[in-house]
Order: sequence, then C-alpha cells, then structure tokens
Amino acid sequence: MRARVITITSGKGGVGKTTLTANLGVALAMQGQRVVAIDADVGLRNLDVMLGLENRIVYDLVDVIEGRCRLRQALVHDKRLSEFFLLPAAQTRDKSAVQPDDMVHVCESLREQHDFILIDSPAGIERGFRYAVAPADEILIITNPEVAAVRDADRIIGLVEAEEKGPPRLIVNRLRPGLVRRGEMLNIADVVELLAIDLIGIVPEDKAVLVATNRGQPLAFSDDGSLAGRAFHHIACRLRGEDVPFMTLREPGMLERFFRFVRSGGN
Amino acid sequence: MEFFKRLMSPRRELSSGEVAKERLRLVLAHDRTSISPALLNTLKDEIIAVISRHVAIDVEEVQVTFSQSARETRLVADIPLLTGRRRRKK
Repeated sequence: MRARVITITSGKGGVGKTTLTANLGVALAMQGQRVVAIDADVGLRNLDVMLGLENRIVYDLVDVIEGRCRLRQALVHDKRLSEFFLLPAAQTRDKSAVQPDDMVHVCESLREQHDFILIDSPAGIERGFRYAVAPADEILIITNPEVAAVRDADRIIGLVEAEEKGPPRLIVNRLRPGLVRRGEMLNIADVVELLAIDLIGIVPEDKAVLVATNRGQPLAFSDDGSLAGRAFHHIACRLRGEDVPFMTLREPGMLERFFRFVRSGGN
Repeated sequence: MEFFKRLMSPRRELSSGEVAKERLRLVLAHDRTSISPALLNTLKDEIIAVISRHVAIDVEEVQVTFSQSARETRLVADIPLLTGRRRRKK
C-alpha cells in the first residue's frame, strides 16, 4: 500500500487551506484511512493549533530535514483517532530551510506506512509553494467565490499545469447561498466556468467552523450535522473515489426561519 | 414607481455577482496570456493598418478581444469590411 500525496494550495492567503487540511485529515482518518498531515508553512505554522495539537510538538519538519531527529519522532499522534499524525512546521525558521527534494524524500519515507499524506501549502507562488507541490501526486485548489481569490486560484492552476501533475481539482469554500440567490456573490457554476477545472467540493460559510477552531477540535469530528462538517466528509469520500452528490445549499426562507424560531422556543 | 420602471426597463442593472464574473473573465484572459490591455490596443492598431492596406474596412467597428473555451484562450479579431453599398451610404 502506497500513500497518495495530496497538496492543498490556493495562491491567496486566508481562503481556508489550513482549515481544509485539518478537516480533510480528520475526515479521512475517521473513515479508517491512515493519514499524515504535513504543515509546509515554515515560519507561520498553524495546522497544529487548528488540530489542537500545539502542546504536543517536540520536533518539526526542519529538524527531520536537518537530521536532528528521526521522522517517526517528529510525528505527533492525534490520540482522538487511531491513525492520524501531524508533521508540524518549524516556527522559528523560514522557507529557505526546505528544498523541494527534502519534501520528496520525507513523503517517500512516509508512503509505505500510510494511505494519505496531506500537505498544507503556504500562500503565495514562491519557494514555499514550490516545495509543497514538489512531492504531490494530486493537487487540490481551494478558493472563495470572490474576485481576488478566484484570480489567484487561476494563477496557481497555470503553475500546476506547467508541473504536469495531472489536472488539479477545485474546492469552493465559504459559499453564502443567500447572497448567491440574490445575485450578490459568484455562484458555483460561474467559478467552475471561469477556472475550467473539475469541482470536488463546496463548503458553505458556517460559523461552526470558527467555533471548532477556537476549541482546536476540527468540525469533521462532530456529528452535529453542521453543513460545513458534512461537506468536509463528502470531499474525503470523493477523494477515495466514492460518488457523493453535491449538497443542495440554500438559505432557509422567511417562513421556514420563523417556524424554526417558534419550534426552538425562541432561542 | 421606481419599482415599475425597473420591472419594465429592458436593460436592468447587472447584479454585483454578474459584474464580478465579467470582470474576472477579462482579468483572467489578460493574466493567462500576459497580454496587457495596452498591448491589445497596439495589436488592434497594427491589424487595422495591415488589413486596410489591402481592403477597405470600417475602422471604427473593429474589435479585438479574447474568447475562452475551457482553459484555451483565443485572440479574436472582428473586422467589418466596407462593401460597395455601405461605402456609398457614407
């Protein structure tokens, strides 16, 4: 069994790369997969806090590359799951500490023992992006339905196509169905038409994501039926080759909201 | 009254989502080809110069734009020829 190496990237910062990596990792591990999530954002690490593992870090990616520890020692096991590990980024170094070949070697050593290696790419198109993409078999591009994010995603798609990694797949994050219905936000069909790559996920804007992040407990853990949480699990299923239809996302109308309000006893 | 005007008007204002899409369409075409709006204008002027050396064209109506299908971008020049009849009308 050899792991698939999947890099999650976006060009623009703040569109949800790290949140997606954390939740996708958790969702895949909950589905019985053996997963390693690598934080490739050296100097600005955050995947550890998203996962609530910030207090468990002993060694990091740069320690491994520079030979201060063995790879196994740097992996942080998430005890909530049987087979989920974080390889944290170094926080006190910068991106010049990592070469594309280093990432290829690290991933090669992890492949035999795992099913999925997820790489959380830094924002931008410079060396951090380059080394994050170097070992990838597949690339997921995440964007928001918003002009600047879509433009940057298009730049990244051009760069990824030049690397001959196979066609990247798209995730549209933070969609607001109410705004789309009123024509005040790009809809999914617009974004897919503009970027002209295959869609693998739609994640609606959901305040539960922020709440989960506050607690260091990714949304994918809970089964409270939050839309974003379900969306992350669906993406995990599609990555494994399952054919899961896209959710129909719509904002509840006035009447529906009223009845919900009444039923909830005014809360 | 304003409501009826809007309902009846044949050219309604574009929603901000539609504006975003149109702006992106153009920006992406420029980004992908690294042809700036200025270069596009230069191309247009030179195409007009070359063609009108040989045939009469309606210079005012010439359009040089991008067309997109999937991730392929084409440069499209739309050049109206001045036929005998239209020339007489002028």
